[in-house]
Amino acid sequence: MVKPASLAEHLECHQVSRRGFLKFCALTTSMMALSPSMMPAVARALEKARRPSVIWLSFQECTGCTESLTRSHSPTIENLILNYLSLDYHHTLQAASGDAAERAREAAMSENYGQYILAVDGSIPVKDGGVYSTIAGVSNLEMLQHTVAGAAAVVAIGSCAAFGGLPHAHPNPTGAVPVQELVHDKPVVNVSGCPPIPVVISGVLAHYLTFGRIPDLDSYGRPLSFFGASIHDRCYRRPYYNKGLFAETFDDEGAKNGWCLFKLGCKGPTTYNACATAKWNQGTSFPIQSGHGCIGCSEPHFWDAGGFYQPLSAGIGSVGTLAGMAVVAGAAAGTAAGRLHQAKRKQAQRQHEKVTVADLEETDS
Amino acid sequence: MTSVELLIWVRGPGLQLSLAAFILGMTYRILQTYFLGRAKNLAEPRGSEWVHGIKTIWWRSFFHPGMTVRGYFTIISGYMFHLGFIVTLLFFDQHIELFKSWTGLSWPALPPIVITVTAVLGIAALVAVLVDRFADPVRYLLSDYQDYLCWTLTVLPLVTGLLLAYKIWLPYTSLLTVHIISFELLLVAIPFTKLSHVFTIFIARWYNGAIAGYRGVQS
Repeated sequence: MVKPASLAEHLECHQVSRRGFLKFCALTTSMMALSPSMMPAVARALEKARRPSVIWLSFQECTGCTESLTRSHSPTIENLILNYLSLDYHHTLQAASGDAAERAREAAMSENYGQYILAVDGSIPVKDGGVYSTIAGVSNLEMLQHTVAGAAAVVAIGSCAAFGGLPHAHPNPTGAVPVQELVHDKPVVNVSGCPPIPVVISGVLAHYLTFGRIPDLDSYGRPLSFFGASIHDRCYRRPYYNKGLFAETFDDEGAKNGWCLFKLGCKGPTTYNACATAKWNQGTSFPIQSGHGCIGCSEPHFWDAGGFYQPLSAGIGSVGTLAGMAVVAGAAAGTAAGRLHQAKRKQAQRQHEKVTVADLEETDS
Repeated sequence: MTSVELLIWVRGPGLQLSLAAFILGMTYRILQTYFLGRAKNLAEPRGSEWVHGIKTIWWRSFFHPGMTVRGYFTIISGYMFHLGFIVTLLFFDQHIELFKSWTGLSWPALPPIVITVTAVLGIAALVAVLVDRFADPVRYLLSDYQDYLCWTLTVLPLVTGLLLAYKIWLPYTSLLTVHIISFELLLVAIPFTKLSHVFTIFIARWYNGAIAGYRGVQS
């Protein structure tokens, strides 16, 4: 069977209607925050797009990113886009294993050198020479350095690849680092989230297919079109926040009435992602809609940013011990200063010499 | 350091250290004041020191006609600022959550719109007293750097809090960071500046009342 050369042919093979394709183009255009007038251009570009090779490396990760991508939208057009990409190496999804798998990666690299997209999920352990995670006897660090050399661009998928994620959390025993700390000579796009939203991954790839370059990024290297607004700004519970109506527990009247989850630890105000607009499970819902606060999973260091159920306005960590020490130190210093003052006063009293009338008369004469 | 890392630091070690500095400083100041001691009064007491001391702490918080001999400006601006600041600090939902995380205690909050009004009144009063400080030659001459430092450290949490509440100028993360830092600076400064009157005023009032009580006169 001859493989389809372009997306248009590929979609035709999969019996996707023209209407379905255009709906996807409209969604992608909208998600990328492009003008609606750009939709035909997106459609034309995607129709003609060639099949780029994608090498997907999984390092210190939980496979949640792949699970999110493969399960949540199947069998919609996002998956077809991924089918359309030549996914030449992916531990979880590829049929080959062992040496055959590694040969597939080497082959894809040599055939598409300088042109393939490198997708990475998981952080890279660098402590002790990177011995804490290896694939086929090769450390993650070595494999990344080897594979990234011929990549056109790198997409760090998930918070582990983008910011280090859970392996990077204190005390970071494996010395885990994100991709951007190791790759400096290639464009890196961070698609953060634990896991990231599937449509964001496909949107970034669609942007690359459409424009031949990576999208505009925020200060954390994330596509602005998806990470430009906070969850809080797009949250349908925001009016309750503005009115000061909060759920105090997960089963009180406030929770039943759908009030704001700020007091239950929602990190929506400081979290930038498209959950509140793109949503999950084919646009069904997102954590806040299902009654749980945002845990801020698309932000750096979210594991170390305090308890998930502690409000943002509360401090991180306990103050009891330090406060107790401060009282003791303050009491000791205050007592010492007071006693010193008393001693000085007594000394001054002892040294005080009384002046008599006779003394004064002597002085006058 | 990124903005997220800075926020984590100010919510964690920054807040803990500033609270510790506040507690240490206030304990030091209060004990130091206590150990200054008082000269023994050999006269026969004509009333209770404690009862009058406590009464004075309470009653001096309220308006009485004798306070207006020098005009109404200081009285009105003083009440406006202190009430505005205290209500904003103690009755805003998110502040209560902070106190709850420290002490386990919580109490009912006022609606955000009320807090907005109290914060604006507090800021307006602070601006008014600053203008008055510049306009009044005597007050201007008596002012030193500490007066302006205290004014700045007091107004900053109110202003940054308002900006945060309405997400003006900067992203929420940055505004929250700036707001918490402004609060931490205030906490650290209180024991070591004139702002220590948040506690020492009660000692001073008690002392005045106690002296009067001992002599059997009204304080």
